[in-house]
Amino acid sequence: MKLRIFVPRDAGAVAVGADDVALALEQAAAGRGIPVDIVRTGSRGLYWLEPMVEVATPQGRVAFGPLTEADAAVVLDAMVADGPHPLRLGVAEEIPWLKRQVRLTFARCGVVDPRSIEDYRAHQGYNGLQRALELGSEAILADVTASGLRGRGGAGFPTGIKWKTVAQTGADRKYIVCNADEGDSGTFADRMIMEGDPFVVIEGMTIAAVAVGASKGYIYIRSEYPHAVAAMNAAILAARRGGYLGERIGGSDHSFDLEVRVGAGAYVCGEETSLLESLEGRRGIVRAKPPLPAHKGLFGRPTVINNVLSFAAIPFILEGGAKAYSEFGMGRSRGTMPIQLAGNIKRGGLFETAFGVTLGELVDDIGGGTFTGRPVRAVQVGGPLGAYFPRALFDTPFDYEAFAARDGLIGHGGIVVFDDSVDMARQARFAMEFCAIESCGKCTPCRIGSTRGVETIDRIRAGDRVAENIAVVEDLCNTMKFGSLCALGGFTPYPVMSALKHFREDFDPARTRLQAAE
Amino acid sequence: MTPVYEPWDAARGADIIAEHASLEGATLVILHALQEAFGYVPEPAIPMIASALNLSRAEVHGVFTFYHDFRRQPAGKHVLKLCRAEACQAAGGDALAARAEAKLGIGIGNTTPDNRVTLEPIYCLGLCATAPSAMLDGRLVGRLDEARIDALVAEAQR
Repeated sequence: MKLRIFVPRDAGAVAVGADDVALALEQAAAGRGIPVDIVRTGSRGLYWLEPMVEVATPQGRVAFGPLTEADAAVVLDAMVADGPHPLRLGVAEEIPWLKRQVRLTFARCGVVDPRSIEDYRAHQGYNGLQRALELGSEAILADVTASGLRGRGGAGFPTGIKWKTVAQTGADRKYIVCNADEGDSGTFADRMIMEGDPFVVIEGMTIAAVAVGASKGYIYIRSEYPHAVAAMNAAILAARRGGYLGERIGGSDHSFDLEVRVGAGAYVCGEETSLLESLEGRRGIVRAKPPLPAHKGLFGRPTVINNVLSFAAIPFILEGGAKAYSEFGMGRSRGTMPIQLAGNIKRGGLFETAFGVTLGELVDDIGGGTFTGRPVRAVQVGGPLGAYFPRALFDTPFDYEAFAARDGLIGHGGIVVFDDSVDMARQARFAMEFCAIESCGKCTPCRIGSTRGVETIDRIRAGDRVAENIAVVEDLCNTMKFGSLCALGGFTPYPVMSALKHFREDFDPARTRLQAAE
Repeated sequence: MTPVYEPWDAARGADIIAEHASLEGATLVILHALQEAFGYVPEPAIPMIASALNLSRAEVHGVFTFYHDFRRQPAGKHVLKLCRAEACQAAGGDALAARAEAKLGIGIGNTTPDNRVTLEPIYCLGLCATAPSAMLDGRLVGRLDEARIDALVAEAQR
């Protein structure tokens, strides 16, 4: 019998040697005359264990990791003998870090072959679309609304309401646009799902198309993600061949086709109106709202524009899971959130769980603290525009409103952990610097305020009229927050102000000099 | 693997532009395709795109210069991109970036005088749980430490 071995081709696993491990396993098997079938999957998201390989056994898939090329031969022997090995982790699904998650969106990621539509179908794939085609527009919209799903890109707008608006707007053409411009540092869930389960994104978009009556969709993927671009393109071809994209999808009266478009390194294009401009072939300059994209979006047509994770949550909901989905979570944050643990963290990776888990649980308990072993001092939640939280706020539950109440945001669910060697004045400066680099230039407070912010923080760090200059930064932040059209200028104040509020001592020049002398 | 680019050729450029000109919002697609063929977007291509898409030269120039990805001139033989965003900063990326700059004798954003290596910042490769990370000519490398960054720099210099 052929040994079935699963090795991730996820970019995060490849970056730490998964391709080399796959090759070494193949060579070791050939050398021993053992017939093997190496399946390249996505990642399960336990990145500190990557490259993590699995072998199919009667007990389930048994995992080993983290592997190097040098381990391959011995691990292969352990797989064949079903024997012990120091890197043996047991049945993958029983690994506590994975077992305590609620994987609704990421159920298949790391399990299936992302290039195989048959494998997708064998794992409940396209059940949601099939039911959606039977239900029709109104009932689909009712299901999405009942699920309580809110936009996973960060803004948290109710998806059902957005779709309904597009459905009710008359037009000759409508579009579905998937925002896969995942530019926030500390986030990688979009990349993972596109590489590990691309069909779920396609299925979610197709269901949206059926619900609102759209015939064409675009997935706008950032150029920094070449692996995701390749995976999505391959999946689109397979879906077209399988009759799930193109004319009369799934044998119905609906026609829908998809195209991948690649960004060009502009962070601001993750903002939806800027993304639409970019898709239209222009500079990624933010548009004023209204009109909403739901009324006048891509090429002036009604457009559903959602994040990858929002679309990826849809197939589960339409498979009959709307109620089940809404039963997870807290307050107005329903369902699950794929949370990404990153930076200086011992057990980093993707942790999908119901809303309500506290920041402290995520960082200390699940993440295991820092990999440097030093104390956690600050965590930035929600990307470069998210606030820095100190340990004192670790009781904050993961929930849109709870974070907003503490002057933060959950954004796209990324958590970046810093140890006590971090200089928070420097991080505040970086937030301003990043905004200056990435500003599209439309709003003066963002375009110029960010540069003035960098200069002023430099003065503070040099000990020049500290109190006065801190007041200038606070004033600048206020102007940026209320004087910018989009979240780039509007939210850059979050990291800056939170650093000032919770880590004021780092802006004291005496301390800055002390650190420099170390 | 070192990418191999064609020298600029107007007829070939025109073919590439024509191939994509009928797409909706084709400008970025064309700029990407030209850069993939020639390694940069040659200046003479700008008016050609404008004419094919019925846009002004200023509009196409505006798009070309807005996006960080598009190059006005060819990069060095190898392009080493270091992730400079927060997750990599938290994992010690700043010191490694300084180390790469010192080894190559250039600051980030520059090309070595022998034209071998272009060192660039990148704001997030999405490898934030295996930080710090880098990309050498399209190949991803995570969990960088001093030994790995030295090896990457040496490889780029070859």
